[in-house]
Parts: sequence; structure tokens; C-alpha cells
Amino acid sequence: METGLTAYIIFFAAIFTNNILLTNFLGLCSFLAISREVKPAIGLGMAVTFVLTCTSGINYIVYYYILEPFNLVHFRFIIFIVVIAAFVQLVEMVIERVSPLLYVILGVFLPLITVNCAILGVSLFMIIRNYTFLQSVAYGAGGGLGWTLAIVSMGAIRERLKNAAIPKPLEGPGITLIIAGLMAMAFIGFTGMIQIQ
Amino acid sequence: MTSILVGLLALSILTAVLALLLEVADSYFGFYGECQITINEGDRKLDVQGGNKLLGTLMDEGIFVPSACGGRGTCGLCKVKILEGGGPLLPTEEPYLEPEEREDNVRLSCQVKVRSDMKIEIPPELFLIKSFKAKVTGLRDLTATIKELNLQLIEPETIEFKAGQFIQFEIPEYEGCEEPVYRAYSVASATSAPNGISLIITRVPEGVATTYIHDFLKEGDEVVFNGPYGEFYLRDSDNDIYLVATGSGLAPIMSMLYQIVDQKIDRKVTVVFGARHLEDLMYMNEIKQLQERTSNIEFIPTLSKPPESDGWQGSTGRVTDVLDKIVETGDNKEVYICGNPMMVESVEELFKKKGVPENLIYYDKFG
Repeated sequence: METGLTAYIIFFAAIFTNNILLTNFLGLCSFLAISREVKPAIGLGMAVTFVLTCTSGINYIVYYYILEPFNLVHFRFIIFIVVIAAFVQLVEMVIERVSPLLYVILGVFLPLITVNCAILGVSLFMIIRNYTFLQSVAYGAGGGLGWTLAIVSMGAIRERLKNAAIPKPLEGPGITLIIAGLMAMAFIGFTGMIQIQ
Repeated sequence: MTSILVGLLALSILTAVLALLLEVADSYFGFYGECQITINEGDRKLDVQGGNKLLGTLMDEGIFVPSACGGRGTCGLCKVKILEGGGPLLPTEEPYLEPEEREDNVRLSCQVKVRSDMKIEIPPELFLIKSFKAKVTGLRDLTATIKELNLQLIEPETIEFKAGQFIQFEIPEYEGCEEPVYRAYSVASATSAPNGISLIITRVPEGVATTYIHDFLKEGDEVVFNGPYGEFYLRDSDNDIYLVATGSGLAPIMSMLYQIVDQKIDRKVTVVFGARHLEDLMYMNEIKQLQERTSNIEFIPTLSKPPESDGWQGSTGRVTDVLDKIVETGDNKEVYICGNPMMVESVEELFKKKGVPENLIYYDKFG
């Protein structure tokens, strides 16, 4: 507990004050692509949260019990990516077999997640910030929920935006990025509550 | 140096372990055992290995559901009715299914996996669709950019199709293309000659398939295609027939003309064929010979941009200009259009304006 913060605080901080999407701008590509409507945004958000929570735990173990003892820490980027990819594949297989319904909700988004930089970002941050195992998992879960919060709000905004008269040059990604910026500024309002570093 | 090697080795081992883990998991989770697919209430029963997409599974069993995109879920053609065992509708299917189709249990066969016993319904004519092996017996230039490809069937020896339908031609791996691709071509030959087919192929600059056929294919080569597909064929009625084509869109029209002459169909037939220059006209002799065998075919070739030097005496302008002049009312008329999408749309528009009902206008767009 070097940071002096409990897992509980990190969890909430990751959702609001240190939202991985709106303060670190990680995971922007799928954020822009899948935020046209709320429904798929929720599906993707749930998939991201699930994968993020699990991979932060797995990567923690891989880092401290495999990479560090064998002096391979500089390979952490590529190892983390490989672990994430393998995990996503595995989860897709299991879900497809076990629950067709869950597969419909999450399954199609899973392959998208492998390349979501928020996932790699969380794994790297937890190393930099020297989190404990519990803190890492809390950070992963919170980060995922924060990402979901951001993409679902964006989905809701863009659903309404369909009826708005937007200047031609700003249509599509243009206005979406401006909204993302405004949302990021709004989230700064939370920073007074808790701070993690 | 050694640390790099050790690192690489460790990395490889770790990746290999993960890959192995996935393989093991796949053989455990991806194994669905034997499944039975019942087609059209027991007309056919297939015992297949589960775990693959329905489209591919059916193809392995020799049932070819039409698909233009090769199973990527982008064309929406491979629809089949799945009565049992299809699982819930996938988000990848949603964009291609109308509400009525969803109610009817229509699904995209390239997205649905065979996981358990299934009951499905497919149009019976799909059973006619087979994979054919054939030999190239002729390749001749019809114009500077259009070739006629003649194929003699090897296995099976004959093909049953309706004049106007198309086949999917397999382009094998060659230096311009790393994996086999399929391209659709209309059959230009007569249904009365079932042991071979002819295709008309326009060269597309940089086109994977047309480059292969124009530059690599030789007489005597063996090729593979599957078919027949399509809803573009002559309907039975007493209406006057209008056949409109430009470029290689003449292919299905030729097949229809052979059918009209061979079966002595006694309906008034008007063929309008549009090209740019005199040298772009093709099959002029063949059509003349067909006209000699019957009196009910009128053939109007028209050139959109004939230079003076062509000495062209016939009709000029686009096909729509010609049709606008010769068609007075839309009564008792049936229209078949084939060619590039823009031409098809404007001809369809013209006939609708003349009063031909939409359900009597049939077309095949060549993209």
C-alpha cells in the first residue's frame, strides 16, 4: 500500500477523476466508432470492463511472478498485448459455448477489444504506480466502468445529435471529438474529490 | 547480446505456451460433435461435424447458398430460414434483415454456427447448384476489351440452368492474387447445349479476376465454377419482351434469345443493345442467324458515340433515347435489363414512366 490509497478509493477514482478515456485519452478508436447508439455502446462497455478487470489481474501475476524474476520487464509491452489477445480469444470461445445470449451481447465486440489501448494502458499504469494486486484489479474494474460511462454518455448524446443541424464540416468525427473534449472538461470538475497518481 | 537472445527465447516460449493453451481450449470448447441438419422438413438430412458456420458446412455437403462476399457478412445474400437450432439473432446479422424476415426466422447462413441439430428451409432450386469442373475449349476476342470464354464440362457432364442466370467462377491462386476468389458471370450460351457454357468477360484494369482470365488462362486449362444462381430469367406470359443490354450485359440476353428461338416462344421480342463505337458491338452474326430462324425478333444496336469514320448507318444515342422513341405505352410489356447499374436504373425509370408496372421489370446489375 505504498500509495496510501485503498483499492476502494482507486476504484472510484478510476471511474470519475482519472477516467482512462477522458483524462488519458486511451481507447479512443472504439470510443469514436461504436458510440453512435447507446445499445451497442453498453455491450462494448461491458465487454471492456470484463476484460479489463481480468487482464489487469492476470498481467499483474505475469509481471511480478514471471517477468520480474526472469529479468524480462522490458518485454512487458509485447507480453501484455499477447496475454490480452490470448485472454480475449479464450473468453470468446468460452462465452460462445456456454451462453449464446451472452455471446450475442458481448461476443462480437470481444475481437475489437484486443487492440483497445485502454486495456494495455491500465496494465502499464498499474506497474508504473506500484499497485498491489487488489488495487490493480480495482483499478481495472474502475477503469472499465469509467470507460463504459464515457462511451454510453457519448452514445446517448450522439443519438440526440441525429436530429440536430450540425455544420457540414463538423459532421461525424469532428463533432464527436468536440463533444469528447467538452466531456473531458466536465470530468475535470470531479478532480477535487480524490486524486490518484 | 545474450540478454536479447534470452529475452527473445523467453518471449517465444511464453507465446507458444499461450498458443498451445488456446489450441487445447479450442478443441475442448469448439467441439460440438456430430449434428444433424434437416432441410425442408426431411427432404434431405445431413450429418455434419458441428462448430463451423452454416454456409461453409452446407457448401461442404454440396449445397451452395449464394454469397457474393465469401462469408464475411457484408453482402446479405446467403439468407436461409432456420426453424430450429439457430440461436439468438446476432448483431452482425441485424443490418441485413427486414422485420418480416426476422419474424420468418430468416438468418444469414454465413454468421450462424452449427452448434446443435438444426432444422432449416432453403429454396429447392439450390439443390441444382453444384460445383463444376470444366475445360477451357476456347477464348476469343469479341472486342478490344471483351473476351468470350468457352468451357466444356468435365464433372458433372451437364448443367441445368435457366437462361439469364449466372455462375460463380473460381479464380485460383496466381501471382496477382494470394487466395482463391469467386466472381459472378452470366451464362451467355444456350440452355439447349447443357454440356458447356460460355461467359463474356470485360477486362477491368487491375481487376484480379479479369486479369487472370484475359492474361493467364489458356485453352486446355481446367477451371472450377459453381452455380447456377439468380432470379434473372424469362417469365412465362403473353407480354411483349424488351431485352436491353450494354457491354457484357449482353451475355444473359444472348442466352434468353437462344431460349426464345429454341423453344419457339411466339412473343414479340425487341432487343436493344448499346455500345460506344462500332468495334464495341459483338455477337452481330450470331443474332443475325437467330433472326433468320424466327420472325419475331427485332434487333436494334445503337452507338452512343460513333465517329464519322465508322460509317454507321444504324441508330445512334443511348439505349434510353432509342427506347423512348420506340416504346409508346407500357401495356403488355415485360422488360429485362442487364448492364452497368446507372444504365439499368435509367432504363427502369423510363419504362416506369411509360407505365410498365415495377414487377414486370427484371434486371441484373453488373457492378
